[in-house]
Amino acid sequence: MRKIYSKIERIAGNVITVTADNVRYDDLAVVSSKYGDSLANVIRLDGPKVSLQVFAGGRGISTGDEVRFLGHSMQVSFSEDLLGRIFTGSGRPRDNGPELDENMIPIGGPSVNPAKRIIPRNMIRTGIPMIDVFNSLVESQKLPIFSVSGEPYNPLLSRIAMQAEVDMIILGGMGLKYDDYLFFKNALEEGGAMSRTIFFVHTASDPVVECLLVPDISLAVAERFALEGKRVLVLLSDMTNFADAMKEIAITMEQVPSNRGYPGDLYSQLAARYEKAVDFEGSGSITILAATTMPGDDVTHPVPDNTGYITEGQYYLSNGRIEPFGSLSRLKQMVNKDTREDHRSLMDGMIRLYANYKESLEKKSMGFRMTDWDNKLLKYGQIFEERMMDLSVNIPLEQALDRGWEIMAECFTPEETGLRTGLLKQFWPNKEDLN
Amino acid sequence: MTKTTGKVIGVNGNMVAVKVEGDISLNEVGYVKVGEQNLKSEVIRIQGDTAEMQVFEMTTGIGVDDEVEFSGELLAVELGPGLLTQIYDGLQNPLPKLAEEAGFFLPRGLYMNALPRDKKWEFTPKVKAGDTVAAADTLGTVPEGIFEHRIMVPFNFYESYTVKKVAEKGEYTVEQEMAVLEDAKGNQHSVNMMFEWPVKRAISSYEERLEPDTSMVTKTRIIDTFIPVARGGTYCIPGPFGAGKTVLQQVTSRYADVDIVIIAACGERAGEVVETLREFPELIDPRTGRTLMERTVIIANTSSMPVAAREASVYTAVTLAEYYRQMGLHVLLLADSTSRWAQAMREMSGRLEEIPGEEAFPAYLESVIAAFYERAGVVRLKDGSFGSVTIGGTVSPAGGNFEEPVTQATLKVVGAFHGLDRDRAEARKYPSIHPLNSWSKYPGVVAVDKVDFARSILSRGDEVGQMMKVVGEEGTSLEDYIVNLKSEFLDAVYLQQNSFDPVDAAVSVERQNYVFDQLYDILGSILELSDKEDARHFFNQLRQHFIDWNYSEWDSDEFKENEKKIKTLLEQKQTGLMEEAKRARKAAESKEHSNA
Repeated sequence: MRKIYSKIERIAGNVITVTADNVRYDDLAVVSSKYGDSLANVIRLDGPKVSLQVFAGGRGISTGDEVRFLGHSMQVSFSEDLLGRIFTGSGRPRDNGPELDENMIPIGGPSVNPAKRIIPRNMIRTGIPMIDVFNSLVESQKLPIFSVSGEPYNPLLSRIAMQAEVDMIILGGMGLKYDDYLFFKNALEEGGAMSRTIFFVHTASDPVVECLLVPDISLAVAERFALEGKRVLVLLSDMTNFADAMKEIAITMEQVPSNRGYPGDLYSQLAARYEKAVDFEGSGSITILAATTMPGDDVTHPVPDNTGYITEGQYYLSNGRIEPFGSLSRLKQMVNKDTREDHRSLMDGMIRLYANYKESLEKKSMGFRMTDWDNKLLKYGQIFEERMMDLSVNIPLEQALDRGWEIMAECFTPEETGLRTGLLKQFWPNKEDLN
Repeated sequence: MTKTTGKVIGVNGNMVAVKVEGDISLNEVGYVKVGEQNLKSEVIRIQGDTAEMQVFEMTTGIGVDDEVEFSGELLAVELGPGLLTQIYDGLQNPLPKLAEEAGFFLPRGLYMNALPRDKKWEFTPKVKAGDTVAAADTLGTVPEGIFEHRIMVPFNFYESYTVKKVAEKGEYTVEQEMAVLEDAKGNQHSVNMMFEWPVKRAISSYEERLEPDTSMVTKTRIIDTFIPVARGGTYCIPGPFGAGKTVLQQVTSRYADVDIVIIAACGERAGEVVETLREFPELIDPRTGRTLMERTVIIANTSSMPVAAREASVYTAVTLAEYYRQMGLHVLLLADSTSRWAQAMREMSGRLEEIPGEEAFPAYLESVIAAFYERAGVVRLKDGSFGSVTIGGTVSPAGGNFEEPVTQATLKVVGAFHGLDRDRAEARKYPSIHPLNSWSKYPGVVAVDKVDFARSILSRGDEVGQMMKVVGEEGTSLEDYIVNLKSEFLDAVYLQQNSFDPVDAAVSVERQNYVFDQLYDILGSILELSDKEDARHFFNQLRQHFIDWNYSEWDSDEFKENEKKIKTLLEQKQTGLMEEAKRARKAAESKEHSNA
């Protein structure tokens, strides 16, 4: 039987310190206070002094409360039973279902050997043209959705969860408003996707330490499913809350802050999570999409900035649309050559014309004279935004490509598009226009 | 001699405090025993009998009173034949071997030999019994791929020695005795093909260091012509995310005119390393006709691998580079990204509770960065041959703002600055190096007077462009408008390059000079153009032909045909050459004469 310690020497924020022996770094303990039991994990050893962060928070903990060490680090149960269930950041049920404690696996495991990684090659279709056509999502990719508070990034994630062609979804919520949590739950239940989904949710009112555990616990479970051959899509929302939780703990631990109060290891901490995205040769894969709100719509803020250096591109969500500029899927060229022969050229052509539209729009707003060509572009831009960029558009890739041709034909003559003659002959809707 | 041991008294992140019994030295390697595992660590601070060590692994499970055993050695790498084609982690563990042993994941506490022990090498002796030798002298050679790998007297043999015995020509493994050397006191030392060298000490077994004055050709036009790099020089590539730092480095690693390329993927995406290590074994190096992998060593310590080993990885890479330099080879070290290395230092400094400098980077950041880049250089070796280490490091400044400590500290010590620009990257201009902000102190492959003239067109065109944004096309004079078109033309046909096109991706020095002359003619021309519409039309046509020219194979019929098209088109509008252009050309020619 392990010893129980009943003298807490220091309580600061969510961190408590006790004198104990035979404790190992990162070990888990149970802290029993009059408000119930909470897990805690060891974050510093200094001689006999052991500092722990308490998952349920430090409030209400008394210096006389009991601390019992469990002799292992954080674990989560892993089995098919997880599917369709909702848990907290520390792995406890939040859906009134039974507690799961079989087949416990550690979280935050070692990183994948780069020599075992393979070049990504499979596209994940989502039914959203701005993703499928213009910035294809690729299996094993890690992509953030850069956005600001108030943008519909959670509805976007839930749509991707329902429509993405993957075997299962793991949704990690960090600092979610309770409404947003209910929204996800209802949307997936109504969409019939609940049975292939696992939730690990930390809401804004839950203790902040649990927020820190959400990515690790989600990705540990994802990794096991991937090793069993499942193609897993992990959706995380919102990673900025995760970074803020780290900041909070770091400051409590009196660490020297680097940029805007964030700890110096922010990059490494984020990378350790995002780099879990992988395609296991001969087995399954993990793909990560993570909403990241940019405080003040500032992409140079430490969280989006560090994220951009880690991930393989980004989606910019602003004004309720995925912006074609700034958004980038670095891996798209690995897959969009094998979809349909017009995919790449159409994508480039439409974006080029949309860029021209933006220029014309600027000229117009500055009061310069509009030429015929400008007017054509203005018409094109409007239609493009309506029928392609709008988030409610929900069509498969091939249909989206056809629609692209239709939009072009509605606005331009074939030679104005600057596309190759061969493609025009094959795909231009009104063949009479050619010649 | 008994080994120094100690016991863990504290753990904080990847740092452990150890109470030591016996003597230890700074940067000494020790192993923390956790259950069955021994975790490699390095001493980074000593205070009384307490040593603080950074652990090169995850520290989960370490407890107070765990035993620590010190090795008595500094953090070192193995040097010897068999380094080329390898993929190592930051501590020189071969990653493919680890994968064979442990599968998908990197297990903790598993260390493997860097050099293959069973492979036999064909040794040819170069000394005989009775010869006198010193550190870095060649005892014999073995062929390693396309290179003659010198088996040298270990660099830490600081005296002069008499060869007592040397192995005969034949096949040996790296651990077999190659020679016996006797020092002045009569002690005998056995030498084999490999030895260890501490990574944080520069190798200095050469006669003298020389000024880097020969261009290292990268076959990227904007670099070789405008902001060149020299063999033995240093350069840095700062840029915001998405600006194409890594792509530029990958292209450089393929085409750079050097013997050996060492790629240190330091704290970056694993996916990028994967591209290199899956593609290089298939790509043929035009210089040698063998695969690129045969001249490459990859050090991969990607972002999710342990942070302390990330710091070690750049030192591991530069030590390997210096080792091959000692064989009279030209080595290019590409470090991507040095910011991640600096961040690793910042993390450790924070845990040591040192007083932080700017943005919490340690106060010694500048001197550490300087010391690293100073390990580059071109040297004359004892046998009269020359070798060089060129270092190119990317920098990932927070928010893309170059006014941050790592970029600034780097700019102080490098010889060339290739600043990547977000606007150029977003306009899909590759390479996104900003031609006006970047600079180089090294000589380029094209006559400097002519390049300066082209640069002046570029900066004047840029000014006109800025002005045009305010006053519109209508408010700009035709003369200014043409300058702007010239600078855009220069950008489109020369500064930008298509890395996907088999011809345009790599441009030889000969071709750069030839094409630049034609370009110079256009930039320096006085043109007879009736109005702006006419001017734009003319330059659009010219651009189309020039780009076609860039895509056609050197000296092919297509090449000549496109060249003719350009010349014919130009002749229709050209009425003469600008005075400045004439002057610059004359200056360039007279310099050429005096050199000849």
